[in-house]
Amino acid sequence: MKELEYPFDAEYIIKKRKSLRRSLLSKEGPRLKKRIAVLGGSTTNDIVVYLELFLLDQGIEPVFYQSEYGQYWQDAMFPGEELSSFAPDLVFIHTSNRNITAYPSVSSTPEEAQQLLEAEYSRFEQMWQKIAETYHCPIIQNNFELPFYRLMGNRDCYDHRGRTHFVTSLNERFYAYAREHEGFYINDLQFISSSYGLKAWSDPSYWNMYKYAMCVEAIPEFSFNLASIIKSLFGKNKKALALDLDNTLWGGVVGDDGVDGIQIGQETGVAQSYYEFQSYLKELKNLGVILTVCSKNDHENAIAGLQHPEGVLRPEDFIIIKANWENKDRNIVQTAAELNILPDAIVFADDNPAEREIVRAQVPGVAVPLMDSVEHYIIHLDRSGFFEVTNFSADDLKRNDMYKANAQRAAQQASFADYTDYLLSLDMKAVIDDFLPVYLQRITQLTNKSNQFNVTTRRYTTAEMEAVAASDDYIRLYGKLVDKFGDNGIVSVVIGHKNGTVLEMDLWLMSCRVLKRDMELAMLDTLVEKSRQQGIQTIRGYYYPTAKNHMVHDLYGRFGFAKVQEEEDGSTVWELSTEGYEAQNHVIAVSGNSEIG
Amino acid sequence: MDMKTIYAALNEVFRDVFDDDSIVVGPKTTANDIEDWDSLEHITLISAVEKRFKMKFKMGEISSMKNVGEMAQIIASRVK
Repeated sequence: MKELEYPFDAEYIIKKRKSLRRSLLSKEGPRLKKRIAVLGGSTTNDIVVYLELFLLDQGIEPVFYQSEYGQYWQDAMFPGEELSSFAPDLVFIHTSNRNITAYPSVSSTPEEAQQLLEAEYSRFEQMWQKIAETYHCPIIQNNFELPFYRLMGNRDCYDHRGRTHFVTSLNERFYAYAREHEGFYINDLQFISSSYGLKAWSDPSYWNMYKYAMCVEAIPEFSFNLASIIKSLFGKNKKALALDLDNTLWGGVVGDDGVDGIQIGQETGVAQSYYEFQSYLKELKNLGVILTVCSKNDHENAIAGLQHPEGVLRPEDFIIIKANWENKDRNIVQTAAELNILPDAIVFADDNPAEREIVRAQVPGVAVPLMDSVEHYIIHLDRSGFFEVTNFSADDLKRNDMYKANAQRAAQQASFADYTDYLLSLDMKAVIDDFLPVYLQRITQLTNKSNQFNVTTRRYTTAEMEAVAASDDYIRLYGKLVDKFGDNGIVSVVIGHKNGTVLEMDLWLMSCRVLKRDMELAMLDTLVEKSRQQGIQTIRGYYYPTAKNHMVHDLYGRFGFAKVQEEEDGSTVWELSTEGYEAQNHVIAVSGNSEIG
Repeated sequence: MDMKTIYAALNEVFRDVFDDDSIVVGPKTTANDIEDWDSLEHITLISAVEKRFKMKFKMGEISSMKNVGEMAQIIASRVK
C-alpha cells in the first residue's frame, strides 16, 4: 500500500490508522500469522498499532502480547500465565534510555562507572538468556538512543562519568552479544532517533505525560524500522533489483545524448550523485542482491552506457539485461521467470512515474519505490528495508555468481538435443547427508524463504532447527550441489519424523535455482536408503497448497508415491514403500558428509 | 481563524482519528460522548489536532482540557 511505503507521511498514517487497518485486513490473499510478544519499558500501544500496519502490508498478520506498562524485565524473568501460554514466534524488548536504572554520578571513579555498566548489562543479558531458553524464538532488542541532554557538554561523550559515554558503552556490550548469538537482533533505535532528530524525538513531554519513550509523531518511523527486521526474519525480503537506465543510473538519455553526453563520474554535482548511486548498487550486489536492467533502450546503447569509463557498474554486474521496447511490466514478469523467483521478490527502480505506475498496477507485489530525484535514490532504497540483512550466510555473498552460472547453463542447454545428455554434461556432484552444525543457519534460512518448491511451507526458527538437528526421532537431509559452472551451495532440505515404521515428512524443499536437474531424485534416493537402514517401511508425504507452491502439487506423485488421501482444500497425503524402491537419479554423483573436508 | 472554521476542521480530525463519519463535535463534547475516546486514543487525537492547526498544546493544557470547547478556545488563541 503506497501510504505505508517509505518515504511515508507519518502525520497521515497517525490520523488514518483505523481506516488503513480496515483496508489492509479486507485485502484478499494469504497472510503469515505470527505471534509477537512485546515486552516494554515504556508505553507500547502505538508502537504495536503501527507495527501491525507495516507488517500487514508485507503479508504478515501479527497477534500481539503486550506487557503491562514497564514490566519488561519481570515479564521476561517471571512470566505469568498469559505470556507462558502465548507461545511467541518472536520476542521484542522495547527499552530506551529511560529504562537505565543507574548512571554514574559526577563523583564516580572509573571503576565505579565500570561496575554500574556491568550491573546494567548483566540485567539485560540475564533476561535474554531466560527468553531464549524459555521460548526458543528470535529476540529483537532495542539499543539505546543518546541522552537528550549533556551535563558535561561535549565532554559527556568520552568522560567515564558522562551519560552519553555510558549509553554508548552499554550499546557496545549489546552489539558484542548480538555478534555472538544467533537469533538475537538489535533494533537500531540510536540510528533511527538520530536520523529523525534527537531533540524532537526525545521531547520529554511525551515521557512525562504518556510514558512514551519518543514523541508520538516519530512512532511510525520507529515501527517501520522494526518491521524491516521482522519481515526479513520471516522470509519477506526482496531478492532482486530491476533498474531503469536513463536518468536512473546516469543523467540524460544515452540514445539521444550519446555515451559522451550522459552524466556519470566526477565532472558535475549531478554526475557525482549518479556515481554515488552506482557505487551503492555495486555494494548491494556484493551483498548478494541480484541486479538486473529493465530499460526502454536499444540493447547496444544500454551496453554502451554501462561501459561508460567513469561509471562504477559494468554490464557483467547484471544477471539479466532487458533493454528493449517491450512494456516494462512484461519485462519484469519475464525477469522473474528467468531468475526463477516470484515477481514479489523484485524491486523496480525507475525515475519515470508513468513506468512506475504501470508496473505497480500490472505486476502485484513488486515493490516500486519513489525515485523522484537522484539525490534521494540511495536513501529511498536504503530506508525501505527491502534487503534488510538479518542472517548473513556465505551463500548470500556468492548468490550473484550462482545466478550468472545459471545463465551460462541455459546457454549450454540450447546446444544439446537430449536433455539427459545436457544434464550429464554439467558434471554434477552432490553431497547429501544428515545436517552438519556448520550448515544449520543456511538450512534454517532456506526453510524461511523457499515458497515455490516447498510441499509444506513449514518455517523453522534457529532454535527449532537446533532441536530437530539434535533429536534421534528425525531423518534429516541437506543437499549441496556443485557442477562445472560453479557451486550452488545448499539447495535442498528434507526432514521427516519417525512414527514407528513410518516416516512422516515434515518438509521437502528445494531452491528454484536447481530446478530440472534431478536433484530432488537424488535426495529421494538417499532418503529411502537412510530410511531402510533405520527400519522405516513406509514414507508418508504431505502436500499443503499455498498461493505459491503449485509446482510441487504432484511432487510425490512424480516420485512414485501413491495418493492415499485428498482434502477439499487441495491438501494431499502420499505413501511410498521403501521395499523394492529403485534409485531414480542417474545424472548426479552423490557422496556423504564423510567425503567433505 | 473563526470558531466556525475551527469546529469544521476539528470535526474532520475527529472523524479520521475515530474512523467514524457520524461524529459531530460541539463545545460540550467530551470523551464520554465518543466511544473509542480513551486515554490512548487521546494521544493520537492531540497529535492529529496539533498537526492540523500547526500548533502545539502546552503540557498543562492537555491534562486540564475538559471538553472540545476548551480545546477550540486554546486553538483560537494560538492560531491567527
